[in-house]
Amino acid sequence: MLGFIAARLVKAVFILLAILVLNFVLIHAAPGDPAAVMAGEAGAADEKFLQDLRERFGLDQPFTLQLWNYMKGAIQLDLGFSYRRQMPVAELIWDRLPATLLLTATAFVISIVIGVAAGVLAAQTQGTWWDTLISSLALLFYATPLFWVALMASLLFSVVLGWLPGFGYQTIGANYTGIDRVLDIGKHLILPATTLGLFFTAIYMRMTRASMLEVSRLDFVKTARAKGLRNSVIQRRHVLRNALLPVITLAGLQAGQIVGGAVLTETVFAWPGIGRLMFEAISQRDYNVILGVFFISAAMVLLFNLITDILYGIVDPRIRLTK
Amino acid sequence: MRAFWSRFRQNRGAVIGLIILAIVIICAIAAPFLFPRSPWSMVQRPFLPPFEIDGLPLGTDALGRDVLSGLFHGARVSLLVGLVSTVVALAIGIPIGALAGYYGGLVDDALMRFTEFFQTIPSFALAIVLLAIFQPTLAYVILAIAIVSWPPVARLVRGEVLSLRNREFVEAATLSGQSNLRIILRQVLPNALPPIIVLASLMVATAILLESSLSFLGLGDPNVMSWGYMIGAARTVLRTAWWLSFIPGIAILLTVLALNLIGEGLNDALNPRLRKRTS
Repeated sequence: MLGFIAARLVKAVFILLAILVLNFVLIHAAPGDPAAVMAGEAGAADEKFLQDLRERFGLDQPFTLQLWNYMKGAIQLDLGFSYRRQMPVAELIWDRLPATLLLTATAFVISIVIGVAAGVLAAQTQGTWWDTLISSLALLFYATPLFWVALMASLLFSVVLGWLPGFGYQTIGANYTGIDRVLDIGKHLILPATTLGLFFTAIYMRMTRASMLEVSRLDFVKTARAKGLRNSVIQRRHVLRNALLPVITLAGLQAGQIVGGAVLTETVFAWPGIGRLMFEAISQRDYNVILGVFFISAAMVLLFNLITDILYGIVDPRIRLTK
Repeated sequence: MRAFWSRFRQNRGAVIGLIILAIVIICAIAAPFLFPRSPWSMVQRPFLPPFEIDGLPLGTDALGRDVLSGLFHGARVSLLVGLVSTVVALAIGIPIGALAGYYGGLVDDALMRFTEFFQTIPSFALAIVLLAIFQPTLAYVILAIAIVSWPPVARLVRGEVLSLRNREFVEAATLSGQSNLRIILRQVLPNALPPIIVLASLMVATAILLESSLSFLGLGDPNVMSWGYMIGAARTVLRTAWWLSFIPGIAILLTVLALNLIGEGLNDALNPRLRKRTS
């Protein structure tokens, strides 16, 4: 098991390094002078400022040496400087990361819980109108643009019905403390997290349903039935446990999508995370911030994948042997 | 072909999807004839609600532009981007997957690590990075979407090729002295086609969603009207003119839903053996 984790860890590190190289190449592949690209429309892009930048980042040095310096900096979490905001990129991201982690983790949990529960229900009521309803909803959610459903949800639940706040992370000026603050943030979290997870709720519904139906046809389920076990026990202990394996695989794949989706959700709901930071950086052409967020979100995805890999290794020991 | 069509027709959802898609295609083709004026031009006062004035059934947006015209012209962009980016993704993914599966060994290892790398990095974030650094013209939007969506193709093709490689007809072709390239193109790939077609139809749907998300963020081509742009532009007036965001969203939803339904129908029709198992 330890060797298995170590192998995955080494792989993750290599992928991170490769992303750094990609970032570096992208900055240099961008049209125009890298110094001008880094300065963006900082307003201070006169010749003296550009020359300072070239010297500071060693842009007059050979390409490979530049790459080496860039990698060395990034490994020490120096992700460059945002000239727009006059702050180191790493600091900007660090400030916003907790909000994004909270949002994505909540979305993740909501989509798994609702998706698996609905999928199980659909499989057990196969052919009835419950099944039809859940399957149709899954089809619908799967085709809905995330940013649009976020807008519509904030319109309906926040503007029209007034049930939930549709804006920000906490009530501005309320200065809640302790449990009140937690509840306040929780209230603000419901809409963004649910809409962010919706697409995956749909996937989990379909996947769990199909997987449950598939497993319940296998021989060991017939054996359990022949032994005279109660149906509820068979469903829970034999079918669901095995049906959940592909769901775990999917959870690992979902991580990357959910981090990307956070850009859209955070933009719509003014959630102060790295997704919104990226959106703001796009309109300001603040390349260091864009690349920094890209790097950190890739790191988040790798961490997520690592966790699901390890979970899978624990749940299904066969995996450890194959690779 | 007839057997294929009769199986496809049995899936009611797929037929509905085909009808919706046909309507969207007709809208896209008809757009320049029905709305010869640019969808960007101002035709009436801003914020005209739907069904208020004859000739502007869906009203106008914040700059007095005809919403229905935008919808028709947007269909062109969505379909074009969806289709072309899928073709480009197939052009990247199929050779990589075929080479990896056919040659195996070191080639397979190298190509699959490469694929895995692109599959691990968050695709939407990569598309944003690419379009933020390069100019968001239609060509770059298509390229960016293709770059983030080819890995599943490569993996699928590799798996198919791997299972076909040792079949008798491939061995026969090898013995008859055909070149590797010819074997891959004439013997192996045609047999791997059905699952690729199913995947491609779903990829068009995903590409349309991606394009609309990018345009929503302001990373679409600023010169072409698209559904995502319409929603992004209407976002700030959500409270006062909700229909401006609502209507294009329905268009995206229906188009993507139609393509997904068609994909399922194709899956049923092309893989008859799988058909009865999960339904």
